[in-house]
Order: sequence, then structure tokens, then C-alpha cells
Amino acid sequence: MAELTVSVVAADREVWSGVAKQIVARTTEGEIGILPGHEPLLGILGAGEVRITPTEGAVVTARAEDGFLSVENNTVTIVAGAAELL
Amino acid sequence: MGAQLRVYRQKIRTAQTTKKITRAMELISASRIQKAQARMAASAPYARAVTRAVSAVATYSNVDHVLTTERENPTRAAVVVFSSDRGLAGAFSSQAIREANELRTRLEDEGKEVVNYLIGRKAVQYFAFRRRAAAKEWTGNTDQPEFSTAKDIADTLVEAFIAGGEGGEGVDEIHIVYNRFVNLVSQVPEIVRVLPLEVVDGVEEPGDAEILPLYEFEPEVDQVLDGLLPVYIESRIFNAMLQSAASEHAARQKAMKSASDNADKLILDYQRLANNARQAEITQQISEIVGGADALSSAK
Repeated sequence: MAELTVSVVAADREVWSGVAKQIVARTTEGEIGILPGHEPLLGILGAGEVRITPTEGAVVTARAEDGFLSVENNTVTIVAGAAELL
Repeated sequence: MGAQLRVYRQKIRTAQTTKKITRAMELISASRIQKAQARMAASAPYARAVTRAVSAVATYSNVDHVLTTERENPTRAAVVVFSSDRGLAGAFSSQAIREANELRTRLEDEGKEVVNYLIGRKAVQYFAFRRRAAAKEWTGNTDQPEFSTAKDIADTLVEAFIAGGEGGEGVDEIHIVYNRFVNLVSQVPEIVRVLPLEVVDGVEEPGDAEILPLYEFEPEVDQVLDGLLPVYIESRIFNAMLQSAASEHAARQKAMKSASDNADKLILDYQRLANNARQAEITQQISEIVGGADALSSAK
């Protein structure tokens, strides 16, 4: 199955990067789930958590504020001024 | 001790003390530059991600947004100058200020009024001395910039931009002037127009065979642009601050290195002169003694 290449970046560093099967994020409209093969998307993040299910290992939860999310060609970038892993 | 000799010794001591200071500053800059470069590298993924997203929107959507369209009759332009808080960094600050002055002349020739935003104490001093007005100033921490400052600057700029230049309050264009860090020996002052958006560098051109991905926007294109462009400005400002900080350290290291070398040379020169003076003094004393002894022996 295809995988998502994910990177979570904050202004001053890269918080997390890796491959994942699923991502759940919260945009200003509500929660959105992203699986491999998702259409290109650009959304504004609302305050809340981003949950990443990596292909291996436990779910990674990050807090991302004041940023956006872009999906393109199975590459997901979560960009936030301030982001940290929980 | 002869007066001449004492003067030379004093000058040597002065040069030695100065050298201690410049050497210490050189070493401090040398160690901080590593950190500044590391911070620049660490913020690169963010800048890249933001740039990509902005170019995606700019390329794949043809909405007219206030932040992407050029105003018809721009009357006021903001110039943001990044200088340093402290001197002793060679031409670092004056380089940026000179470039800003050229930009100002050019903009005024185009009939635009220039609004200045200053970062760093050196630029503030320069403007205060010439009694030129500045819209807003930020000082402190130019050598270790923080993201919160970048955010504050970006917020101010975006707010002024949205207000527009017609009322005589806001601006229609935003230019930034900063020292780009090329490498340890070279820092180039650079002018970038951040708003209205110019075609951004590093855009990934889609290949001919590829079908342009059709972006889905959430919530709406306008709102995404509203949210995205301030973030983009923040990232450009923060990047400029980091580059400027790294450049400042590099410039200071270079300036202090040549100052230390000059002190070395001065010490050497004065040492020679002091040796000369000492020798002359000894020679004179000997000839006085010999002369005296001669006079005594011939008097007998």
C-alpha cells in the first residue's frame, strides 16, 4: 500500500518526519483524516492536535498552532509557527 | 628611564590591551557563528514548506487576493532595514543602510513615499542622527533573533499593508533589506520585495507531462490565502533575521581578526622603536661615562 511522507515543521526546527499510514488533523472546519492517495489539499489548521499513525510504531501526537497543512502527491507537510510533540 | 622609551612602552601596553579585547570578540563570534548557521539550517524546512505552499496557491489558483495583486497606484512603500545592535562588525550595518538609501532614492523617483521600519540599534541611531522618521523600531537580540519578534514585525507589516497607502497610514509595498549570508567570508546586502508577492524562488515547476494537481482548499481559497500569506511574511522576515544574524557574526569575526592582526603589527613596530630608544639611551650613558673618565684622567 502507498504511504504518506510526513513532515511536521515548526518555525525554528523540524519536529517530526517519517512515513505514515494515516493522519488526523484539525482544520478550522473540523477534523480531517488523510490516507494515502488523498487529493491535493491546502488547509488552515485550527488549534488542536495532529495525530500521525506511522507505518511502524505507536501513534505520534503533535500540537500545532497557527499554521497550515498541505497534501500533495502523498507528501504531507504540517507547518506551524509553534509545534511540539506531546 | 628615558621619556622616549616610556612613551613607547605605554603604546605597546595599549595595543596589547586592545588586542585582548578584539581577540576575545573574534573568538566569541567564531563560536556563535556555528550556532547561527545551525539555526539557519534548522529553519530551512519551514521556509521551504511555506514557500512551496504559497507558490502552489499562486500557481494553481487564479483568485484575486489583496496580498497577491499589485495595487494600481502605489503611493507608499515600506522599507524594512535589518542592521545590528552593536558595531565593531566592519561594514555590516552601513552596508545594509547604504543599500536601503539607494532603494529609497529609487522608490522616491517612482513617486512613492518611503516608510521606514528599522531593526537593530545601528539603523535606529543612523536615522535618529539624521532626524528621519521611522514608523516602528525593534532593537535587541539581532544576534540571536527570536521567532516571536519576527511574528511581531510581520503582523505590523501585514496590518499596514492591508490598510493600504491611500489613507496615508498604511503601505502598498513592502521591501526588506538585509545582509544575505553567502559564506564565512562573504555577506551580500540584498533587497527583496516581499509584498505584493513576486514569483517566489524555489517553485517546483510542474513537468509538461504532469497534470496540474487541483488543490482542494479548506475552508475557502480566500481564507486559505488570508491565513497563509501572513505566515509566509513571517517566514521571510524570520529567515532574513537569521541570515542577518549569521552575517553579523561573520562580519564581526572578520573585522576583529584584522583588528587583532593590526594590533600585532603595531606591537611589533613599537617594540622595535622601544629597543632602538633603549639602545640609544645605553649608548649615550656609556659615552657619558667614557667622556667623564677621559676628562678625569687628562686632568691629572
